[in-house]
Amino acid sequence: MTINEKQDEIIEEFSAFDDWMDKYSLLIEMGNELDSFDEVHRKEQNLIEGCQSKVWLHAELNDGKMEFQGDSDAIIVKGIVALLLRVLSGHTPDEILDADLYFIDKIGLKEHLSPTRSNGLVAMIKQIKAYALAFKVKQN
Amino acid sequence: MGLNIQEIRNDFPILAEKVYGKPLVYFDNAATTQKPLSVIEAEADVYRRVNSNIHRGVHHLSNVCTEAFEEVRRKVAGFINAGSNEEIIFTKGTTESINLLATSFGEHFFSEGDEVILTEMEHHSNIVPWQLLQKRKGIHIKIAPVTDDGELDMDAFEKLFSGKTKIVSVTHISNVMGTINPVEKIIEKAHSFDVPVIIDGAQAIHHLPVDVKQLDCDFYVFSGHKMYAPTGVGILYGKREWLEKMEPYQGGGEMIDRVSFSGTTFNELPYKFEAGTPNFAGVIALGAALEYLKSKNLNDIWDYEHDLFEYAMEKMKAVPGIRLIGQASDHTSVISFLLGKAHPFDVGTLLDKLGFALRTGHHCAQPLMDRFGIPGTVRASFAFYNTRDEIDRLSEALNRVGTMLG
Ligand SMILES: Cc1ncc(COP(=O)(O)O)c(C=O)c1O
Repeated sequence: MTINEKQDEIIEEFSAFDDWMDKYSLLIEMGNELDSFDEVHRKEQNLIEGCQSKVWLHAELNDGKMEFQGDSDAIIVKGIVALLLRVLSGHTPDEILDADLYFIDKIGLKEHLSPTRSNGLVAMIKQIKAYALAFKVKQN
Repeated sequence: MGLNIQEIRNDFPILAEKVYGKPLVYFDNAATTQKPLSVIEAEADVYRRVNSNIHRGVHHLSNVCTEAFEEVRRKVAGFINAGSNEEIIFTKGTTESINLLATSFGEHFFSEGDEVILTEMEHHSNIVPWQLLQKRKGIHIKIAPVTDDGELDMDAFEKLFSGKTKIVSVTHISNVMGTINPVEKIIEKAHSFDVPVIIDGAQAIHHLPVDVKQLDCDFYVFSGHKMYAPTGVGILYGKREWLEKMEPYQGGGEMIDRVSFSGTTFNELPYKFEAGTPNFAGVIALGAALEYLKSKNLNDIWDYEHDLFEYAMEKMKAVPGIRLIGQASDHTSVISFLLGKAHPFDVGTLLDKLGFALRTGHHCAQPLMDRFGIPGTVRASFAFYNTRDEIDRLSEALNRVGTMLG
């Protein structure tokens, strides 16, 4: 699936709910189901500190595709991390650099990506793109 | 006697707002309070009828505006029972008041190695200005610890005094836990060492009657926006003998007597500390807030809020998995808590979607969070327009949120 196909799939899943609590239940479930974060990667340089919550992010390049692991101490943030990783893991650095992440807005979670929320997600997306750029440069 | 809460609620237009289609429950009063219509109108009225720069015009409007501004200085002096109007300095808030003190008092009275005593429950705005002074002058900051119940450890506090102690700066009420500190005892103790005391009254001024003469504090500071007045105005009360010895904080218009390039002389109190055009519209509206508070009677407000707090504590204690942070015996209407293992951010996010405005995080008191070994709390803080019904709804919501996050 392309990045946009995955985004559309998520939008579809969330469209079943119009109550906020149901949406958040789904998000919490996704956070709980996120693959566990490899403890060897839980180190300072992988930590993105928001004012309220923390995010950990580890990235590697396998056969030209990027793989991510992520975690957060807040379950709602972790749910959004799970969604982002589902959309972006397994894609090339170029695809990730070009990605327009519209699904967050479409499923009504845009507020979590506002810089004033300071939950680490904005910095995390920046970090993902920075990794993609670094891998791309290294590849060439 | 007693307050008519429905009538009071009607005075605050914002309380009728809905968020996400649900009635707003505003429990973030420790961050800022809502404004009654009389305050909103007072500020609008300045711009509608009397707007004019104060203290410098010969014309009619300027005189009217100046008189309205100075009238509020008198009202504030009366409200806290200051010795004179000249002891009331208008600032933009508690933060600026403390920065002014750390600078003007600090530069004059501190030498390298001198000490200031703070507590572990201070707001960052009563910590960082002293750290800046520390950088400039090499002073020492001594910290009075907080007990497991969230009270000030008075024995430890008393042991911090030395021949080098120059000032004590403590909060009247903790913005995180609602603990009311024994400020009379603190002031008495400090004075027995000839050390002056600053009281940060940001969380106290609208909850209980404050009498600076009776307290005998040397400085008392607070913010308008936490006492139903507009944002951008604050107060610094200081005893005249201290204020007179202190150097000005900022330079500019208004605070001068005569300026020349060979040297400038400064204006008298209180203008010496009020450089530039002040927020006169905000100050005039602060006057309306004082009138409003007086009309409701602070003793009645205290009784009502205290009753609400007791009711809330009972309800909160019944929520499964709740952990209350701070259970001081002397307490205002602030409750900080954690819900099971849930992160405060998660609790706050879900409560927001249910229409509750609460605060989560470290509440600008990171040293206190470190003291309890937690990343933050969820904080519900009540005002006299809140109701038992709203608290019932919060406890229901917490049960629901607890299950979702459990
Ligand atoms: C105890 C205390 N001190 C100081 C402040 C800072 O007040 P302001 O931001 O209005 O300057 C606050 C506000 O949260 C407070 O609660």
